[in-house]
Amino acid sequence: MSNKIKLLQGNEACVEGALAAGMEFYAGYPITPSTEIAEISAQKLPAIGGHFIQMEDEIAGMAATLGGSLAGKKSMTATSGPGFSLKQENLGYGCIAEIPCVIVNVQRGGPSTGLPTSPSQGDIMQAKWGTHGDHPVIALYPNSVQEIFDITIECFNMAEKYRTPVILLLDEIIAHMREKVDLSSVDRIKIISRKRPTGPKEGYLPYKADEDLIPDMADFGTGYRQHVTGLTHDVTGFPSNSPKVALDMMTRLMKKIEINKEDIIKYEEYRLEDADFAIVAFGATSRAAKDTVNRLREDGVKAGLFRPITIWPLAEDALIGLSKKVNTIIVAEMNMGQYVYEVERVACKNCKVEFYGRIDGQPINPDEIYDFAREVLK
Amino acid sequence: MNTSALVKEYFREEKLPHIWCPGCGHGIVMHAVVRAIDNLKLDPEKICIVSGIGCSSRASGYMNFNTLHTTHGRALAFATGVKMANPSLEVLVLTGDGDCSAIGGNHLIHAARRNIDITTIAFNNNIYGMTGGQYSPTTPTDSYGTTAPYGNIDKPFDLCNLAKAAGATYVGRSTAYYAKQLTTLVENGIKNKGFSFIEAVSSCPTYYGRKNKKGDAVEMMKSLKDDYIDIKIAEKKPELAESKILMGEFYNKPEEEYTEKYQKIIDLLKKEQ
Amino acid sequence: MPKKFEIRLSGSGGQGLILAGIILADASLLQGINAIQSQSYGPEARGGASKAEVIISETEINYPKVQKCDMLLCLTQKSYDQYIASLKNDGILIVDDSIELRGANGFKVYSLPILKTAVDDMKRPMVANIISLGVISKVLDIVTEDNILKAVLKRVPPGTDYIT
Repeated sequence: MSNKIKLLQGNEACVEGALAAGMEFYAGYPITPSTEIAEISAQKLPAIGGHFIQMEDEIAGMAATLGGSLAGKKSMTATSGPGFSLKQENLGYGCIAEIPCVIVNVQRGGPSTGLPTSPSQGDIMQAKWGTHGDHPVIALYPNSVQEIFDITIECFNMAEKYRTPVILLLDEIIAHMREKVDLSSVDRIKIISRKRPTGPKEGYLPYKADEDLIPDMADFGTGYRQHVTGLTHDVTGFPSNSPKVALDMMTRLMKKIEINKEDIIKYEEYRLEDADFAIVAFGATSRAAKDTVNRLREDGVKAGLFRPITIWPLAEDALIGLSKKVNTIIVAEMNMGQYVYEVERVACKNCKVEFYGRIDGQPINPDEIYDFAREVLK
Repeated sequence: MNTSALVKEYFREEKLPHIWCPGCGHGIVMHAVVRAIDNLKLDPEKICIVSGIGCSSRASGYMNFNTLHTTHGRALAFATGVKMANPSLEVLVLTGDGDCSAIGGNHLIHAARRNIDITTIAFNNNIYGMTGGQYSPTTPTDSYGTTAPYGNIDKPFDLCNLAKAAGATYVGRSTAYYAKQLTTLVENGIKNKGFSFIEAVSSCPTYYGRKNKKGDAVEMMKSLKDDYIDIKIAEKKPELAESKILMGEFYNKPEEEYTEKYQKIIDLLKKEQ
Repeated sequence: MPKKFEIRLSGSGGQGLILAGIILADASLLQGINAIQSQSYGPEARGGASKAEVIISETEINYPKVQKCDMLLCLTQKSYDQYIASLKNDGILIVDDSIELRGANGFKVYSLPILKTAVDDMKRPMVANIISLGVISKVLDIVTEDNILKAVLKRVPPGTDYIT
């Protein structure tokens, strides 16, 4: 077994991925089931000259993460359910001030304290709409320990490339299970860092975007003096009440993600080539769904799995394509119905959309999706 | 440096005049902070001014350094991230009484406890000015605010005692009237390698003054002079201190600073490798 | 070996069963076989019910949780009562001999003094998990004893690799 191949826990792989991506700063607050991410970061960061700090609360964890990024360090924080709620205001700050960082949310049963040690996929909509106001969101959701490692690197890359907070969604199952990981996969991924200004320091416009709609970002202390604010601001970074400035800023914020959808949206298609029946699932549930698809195939049903890896922005075109191909889509998720609404929105004109959910803190298993599929197929 | 040279050197002139009301004490406090920076001959490129939300926190926008205007109450949490990620930066937090002791109270006590090298200047005007005059954690009992129409039943915080009890290694108070003393306190606070807390008593004639019949801006400024006494004088002549509020340097006991302690861990791990 | 072999290790919190599961999964990887280890737990760090699961398979493992056990280890009566129904009819049951077997028919049963050996012979109750692994390595013919031993040495705290 090569020393790059390891048995790692999901949360452990997340930290390994972050370090491979260049994380140098972590600020957070302990919460089940994400705590191992803080613990391992605390252990590993000082060894590479990086910094870890356990803040006084979740809000401070998010704030310090943004501060660390402004000081020029690739920064991450991790949390679960209640902590994700508390982080929302400053997450919005990160969106408007365009501060790259990664926020990991290991989903657990909610609402409120809910089921702290049990899995859930109840934060799908919160990831998009948790903070107030319109804003773009990138949220990714891997389904294996290997993919947690790889996708964590991707999250940092996207955060840096698009100057935005990126949410990494996990669930208690994939975060806590241990599985084989090949850490050499990092060799196949290009590590991206934010564009920094190289021009004259005088007259630096921190929010003047290039053609790619992404402004160059200066680290504090490098001579490019700037003002960063959560108020609506113009290209100078200073607040403005002008309707035009507000419109321009918002339009660019939304558009910088919109025009890069192709790069951001990732999904897996499994046995969908000739399928007329599809299951849509992500995270731990997608692993159960894969077993279900195989069992349905053994029965002669032309079943396949569509697994969004990028939850937000929505893989709209791919889902529309899927809806035109199959007669029925089952969306299986550990909640009362969240992603299914988006699937219904884009797919219901073309095919039947059915929902299978579970909210008792237990994972959705392959047998129950199979039984539900059999019922739907009747 | 005279004031107009100071403005040229350290302010974003195009952002002035500021938004504060005529008679507000905040401009003097901001001036004292910049005067202290100038006296210490600090490199402006290495200075990071972090503020929260409220009247006081608008100061960051006028000051020509690396400036960060954060969310309500969270200036110290952002500042902690900045300082921790790059300890070579000189980090100052400009905040208000509501910002740092109500919504941001938790961050204040923990930044103090860590003794992280951040100098916090709390502009205390005893009221939420930006939202129109609601009572804050430093509004005196029985005073009026728009949310205390029958008189405030809350007991106010003594911000300096709070910071000291929480672990700040430099603590002082002065007022917008005693601008020179305030400047010295800020200077000493910056020089202290650790968490420094300076309460800058300001005044809000528009809301606090009007609600509480404190007279006009001049009257209020007079109070900032007459109601306060330096702790050194008060110690020598206690009879002069009767019914006065203490100001001056309350605490100055340097201890090992947080990011330096962390650096020791980094160095230790490097040696082991 | 069968295509997929599902193992559940159960007992109470603090018995080290999650570590035992990790070691078993590590040993499988050393042998070049796929493995997934997972657990479920409550709020208690000590006491309470604890369960670790390991699935080993020569092919890809999708659903990571045990559905029907091929092998079940129980160190407490409570865990036996709770999980015995999850064991396949022809499954392997390993229990501490303090456990009263109620209607454990059809299983291949190994009732052994695991806890007693840990307490009386080794004088360390916390080694019950490693003793359990010793039993498993003898009973399970998928992962070699050698690989289990290697994995144990890799994962146990330094200084506890040899105790007498």
